[in-house]
Amino acid sequence: MDNLEKYTQAFCEAFEVEPEQAKNLKYQDIPAWDSVGHMGLISCLEDAFDIVMDPADIIELGSFDLGRTMLRDKYGVQL
Amino acid sequence: MLKSTDSAEPDSPVCPERGALLDEVRRLAAPLLEAPPFTLNGQHKSALFTKALRALSRLHAYSCPQYRRILHSEGVDPDTLSETEQLPFLPTALFKRLKLCSVPEAELFKTLTSSGTTSQLRSQIFLDKESAQLQQRALIRTVSSFIGPARLPLLILDCPSVLKNRENFAARTAGVLGFSLFGRERCFALNDDMQLQAEAVESFLSRHLGERVLLFGFTYMVWQYLVEALRRLGRTLPLERGILIHGGGWKSLRAHAVDEQAFKAGVLERTGISEVHDYYGMAEQSGTVYVECEHGHLHVPDFAQIFIRDPHDFGLCGRGERGIVEVCSLLPRSYPGHCLLTEDEGVLLGEDDCPCGRLGRYFKICGRLPQSELRGCSDTYAATAP
Repeated sequence: MDNLEKYTQAFCEAFEVEPEQAKNLKYQDIPAWDSVGHMGLISCLEDAFDIVMDPADIIELGSFDLGRTMLRDKYGVQL
Repeated sequence: MLKSTDSAEPDSPVCPERGALLDEVRRLAAPLLEAPPFTLNGQHKSALFTKALRALSRLHAYSCPQYRRILHSEGVDPDTLSETEQLPFLPTALFKRLKLCSVPEAELFKTLTSSGTTSQLRSQIFLDKESAQLQQRALIRTVSSFIGPARLPLLILDCPSVLKNRENFAARTAGVLGFSLFGRERCFALNDDMQLQAEAVESFLSRHLGERVLLFGFTYMVWQYLVEALRRLGRTLPLERGILIHGGGWKSLRAHAVDEQAFKAGVLERTGISEVHDYYGMAEQSGTVYVECEHGHLHVPDFAQIFIRDPHDFGLCGRGERGIVEVCSLLPRSYPGHCLLTEDEGVLLGEDDCPCGRLGRYFKICGRLPQSELRGCSDTYAATAP
């Protein structure tokens, strides 16, 4: 599984959605991605890439695309 | 109180559009929100804070008709405020009776309810995305000043079901979630029957031997379901490097004759934790928390202010005098909760001179006002427990 697949998988796992749907998601788009679901997503991402995110980044991560850029630019994940 | 002779019809907004007012609030509040949270001295802060609070009052007066009427009936024009303490305060109980909101319904993002038992009315707090995010950012800045910037393994002294009810977002849920930002590898110490899961906790701790571990819970629950439970089991936990953050009120513990010293002694005896921080805060101003420093003082961050008021005439009390706590915060943008009279009694202890080095005011809470309801987050479970 490449990193993009792992990244997508974290969203699928956290929110129980299909990969196609995951790729267009933004915070609060679906009931599962509320502030409770958000912390679940962060755990999935941290486990998948063995990273520890800053609290400030956690609250900024507001969409699939934003998270992808953030993990690439700030956490050195090849995405 | 400022008396204005202006008798303009209170329902006619005299300001330009909301966007411009909001921009002005953002601009004026930025210096108080973006610096580390305890770096402004009283003199420097006072002018900046008053300006920002004035802009915020203007925004709420424009956007919330009830708030506009309240200011009008008090004869106050936000533009003429020269001191923060001149701004009328709303009693927190008002948020139980009225839906006070400063954003169009379409922009609402979450409704927070204060703690309360089924027989009591709860406050309703309306948040848009900006206010919700501001609260989280402010919480991070404030709490990081006490626990450091790194996220730590987190032991939550609560049960997993506290996060289940997502529709009705209660203050206890908000507290657990808010502090989850500081944790990684979260472990709930209790099951849904409020039983301490000693084996699960020990196994969690054994994975983090020698590390700093963060514990978060409501005061009453920490005592009842951790300290007392460990006593009954005759067990201790190896948490010498732990940091405990707890809040939500002392009323039910004081009823059991447990004071701050007894609490800290019990926590130390059963877990080895010596780094304990109480915090004071309320759903009506969530995100604004007053955290206890290593010298036992609750500190006011730069983006907030407190006043202690005489219960008879609401005049300001001096340092060391007991009175009702008024809290001001620059965070509430989507509801007029920026200046509130609480139902708590407190004492202003000092300003800019705490030995911990944090600038700003520091105070202590003495308890709830005699007639006020039992209402702290920590007391919610106490009141409903059999």
